[in-house]
Amino acid sequence: MIDGVIALYIFMLAAFTGYEVISRVPVILHTPLMSGSNFVHGIVLVGAMVALAAADSTLLRVIGVIGVILAAGNAVGGYVVTERMLKMFVSAGKKQGS
Amino acid sequence: MMPSPSDVQTLTQLSYLAAAALFILGLKRMSSPRTAVSGVRWAGAGMVLATVVTLAFMGASSFNLLLVIGAIAVGGILAWVSGKRVAMTDMPQMIALYNGMGGGAAAAIAAVQLYRGGEHGLVHLIIAAVGGFIGSVSFSGSLIAFAKLQGLITKSVRFGGQKFVNLAILLVTLGLGFLVVAGADSGLPLAGLPAVSLFFASSLLLGIAMTLPIGGADMPVVISLYNALTGLAVGFEGFVLDNAAMIIAGTVVGAAGTLLTQLMAKAMNRSLGNVLFSNFGESSSAGGAGVTGSQKAIEASDAGVMMAYSQKIIIVPGYGLAVAQAQHKVWELAQLLIDHGVKVRFAIHPVAGRMPGHMNVLLAEAGVPYDLISDLDEINAEFETADVALIIGANDVVNPDARANRSSPIFGMPILNADKAKNVIVIKRGQGQGFSGIDNALFVLDQTRMLYGDAQAAVSQLIQAVKAAG
Repeated sequence: MIDGVIALYIFMLAAFTGYEVISRVPVILHTPLMSGSNFVHGIVLVGAMVALAAADSTLLRVIGVIGVILAAGNAVGGYVVTERMLKMFVSAGKKQGS
Repeated sequence: MMPSPSDVQTLTQLSYLAAAALFILGLKRMSSPRTAVSGVRWAGAGMVLATVVTLAFMGASSFNLLLVIGAIAVGGILAWVSGKRVAMTDMPQMIALYNGMGGGAAAAIAAVQLYRGGEHGLVHLIIAAVGGFIGSVSFSGSLIAFAKLQGLITKSVRFGGQKFVNLAILLVTLGLGFLVVAGADSGLPLAGLPAVSLFFASSLLLGIAMTLPIGGADMPVVISLYNALTGLAVGFEGFVLDNAAMIIAGTVVGAAGTLLTQLMAKAMNRSLGNVLFSNFGESSSAGGAGVTGSQKAIEASDAGVMMAYSQKIIIVPGYGLAVAQAQHKVWELAQLLIDHGVKVRFAIHPVAGRMPGHMNVLLAEAGVPYDLISDLDEINAEFETADVALIIGANDVVNPDARANRSSPIFGMPILNADKAKNVIVIKRGQGQGFSGIDNALFVLDQTRMLYGDAQAAVSQLIQAVKAAG
């Protein structure tokens, strides 16, 4: 479905996007943002799910299950710690404003 | 009415498109403090959308579907519980752990594709193998980083010729990768399943061997690098699976993570090559050779009086504060001093804590407002007008040798000029060296007094002393 050259265009545009999104970030948000980007690559979960869904031997099922467990950990864990960190900035900001 | 296969295909792809857009918008919103929480929720919505649509339409047999749901439940619940429980000070290693899991998942996808072999064209096989290699290195490397920061591995394994051993592992991995891509019917020895298994084993070994010699002080840079690598691996596997959401999200993270890694390395005045190959971090005692003089101790009561009658105090928090969980106590002390009419500022070095911004997270947790917190460029000129620089558990980031002593291993690293303050009080656990094993010239200056003790206990004593002085 995704042609080779089209894929290269997607790669290129996504790379510029990633660079631009991060480049104007204040230092105080570096750790939460790293955590946030760590969450975003948790999308590997859908790939692992598709790979496991198509598995037709025990070996592939075992690898697939490991992959899905790891990917789910990446996505869920990444989300939980990122949200926890960012929530603290909100409360600190509100205190400052009041 | 059942949707036709092409409708399902289109629907799935559209949901991935929406997810990719939500990820980018979410990251954008995460880059400003006011919109940050909504940012992670937008990205979370994208993740849920992509996952649910995939689950509904991936067309698995009921047995495989059961496996998928079970695996999501196991991984998700474990990560949820651990993520909720972890202390803020342990965030860096949790990020390393979750990141490693993502790399492992990308490697698992690659393994499934490569074990299947022949169904794909050559380009697909090469990209699957490259993604699998990167994912494996990120997986095992991140686990080592986690183990080091968690204190499970306390020694950095180093031996002569280590670089050549790592190079040899890399070359063996590349050779095996060639056999994998050549395929089972190439007639080459090991080609096919054995080559695939050895390829992954060798990639995992490389991640371990690369990370073991790196000192704890450099770990944030390494974690950030592995974060970028996982992104890249996910992007590559996305190409193999024709999955636009994975390509876009993975590449965005790869690029963003690379930039972030550069920023961190720059803050430590070290190039990435230096971090990976120079075995800095806890080695040299040679750098401390220039430091002579003795440390002068001070009692908390005297330090408290000094601070209570100061005009301006700059607090420099470091990792020792984080370890002792003293951020709330420090804010209590700062508030008390502010009530006494003292001007209080917090000076944050870019790599204070374990990662850029980690110290800001900890201070935010304690409720310190942003406008009291200054970064290196803003605050450095102000040390000269400060009556007291209070150093809490920081060491290398205030070492004047970085400015003055060419033979010091940290020479050239940007530091906070705490030595320019009229008085310096250093809260430190003992007389030993800091995290990097380098003696600190600041500690033996005439205007410096050492307050020995755990940061939490010492700051509590200071609070009592300031109250008594008031």
